[in-house]
Amino acid sequence: MLLTRKAEFSASHVCANPVWSEAENRAIYGSNANPNGHGHNYVLEVTVEGDPDPVTGMVFDLRELKSILHEEVVEPMDHRFLNREVAPFDRVIPTTENLALEIWRRLEPRIERTSVHLRNVRIYETSDLYVDYGGPACS
Amino acid sequence: MQLTRRYRFCASHRLDSPVLSPDENRRLYGKCNNPYGHGHDYVLSVTVEGRVAADGQLVDRRALDALVAEQVLARMDHKNLNVDVPALSHSVPTTENLASAIRQALNSHWTLPARLARVRISETDRNIFELRGEGTETK
Repeated sequence: MLLTRKAEFSASHVCANPVWSEAENRAIYGSNANPNGHGHNYVLEVTVEGDPDPVTGMVFDLRELKSILHEEVVEPMDHRFLNREVAPFDRVIPTTENLALEIWRRLEPRIERTSVHLRNVRIYETSDLYVDYGGPACS
Repeated sequence: MQLTRRYRFCASHRLDSPVLSPDENRRLYGKCNNPYGHGHDYVLSVTVEGRVAADGQLVDRRALDALVAEQVLARMDHKNLNVDVPALSHSVPTTENLASAIRQALNSHWTLPARLARVRISETDRNIFELRGEGTETK
């Protein structure tokens, strides 16, 4: 059975590669390359898979999932400038794709220590753009 | 990894099959058969799948936006689907046929490195149709 928990955080970012010129960055990333950054209200949906426990009737303790999301994602990223304050985005361009990869990397070891498996990370940059990542096997 | 982008367009249509009698059409399509047509605010989600390139992106959003704008929005937004859209002139403009026509239009002009994974269209919040990206269209 799949279980999905949602979390929100707000952060700023710039999408630009320092080895490219400003014009090249603008051609690739458009206004996302504006040098001083801009922000989004990111919405994260994390899906885990497991069997409901016969005693509790639950796939996973939602409070534990909530605290993993908080510790690994919300606390370090909420109200931060991703490029300057959240590794590895000082050297990895914080596109929505790379954000999904990084969130997977942070969550996967924590969740694999429990009774469930991480199945999907969905991150909305806006309500009209989201990325799904199902791990290296599905990439 | 998958990236999904959402678009909106407004269009009118009338569901009326030329091979059925007026009574049969009314019974089958109900209000959707009203002679002068009616409209919807369609929401189209286009999902692409692939690997993240060196620029941190799975797909150039502006190239995807331009393709959808040219092949779908410019042809369908604020149009009468029965009259104004050649791709639908030989079929009843149900949302099923609309999804299929949109997939065909996107696939036949697709030059993006990521592959089209899914086309999802809602006619209202309660009616949602989804097609995988590959596949041949049937008339």
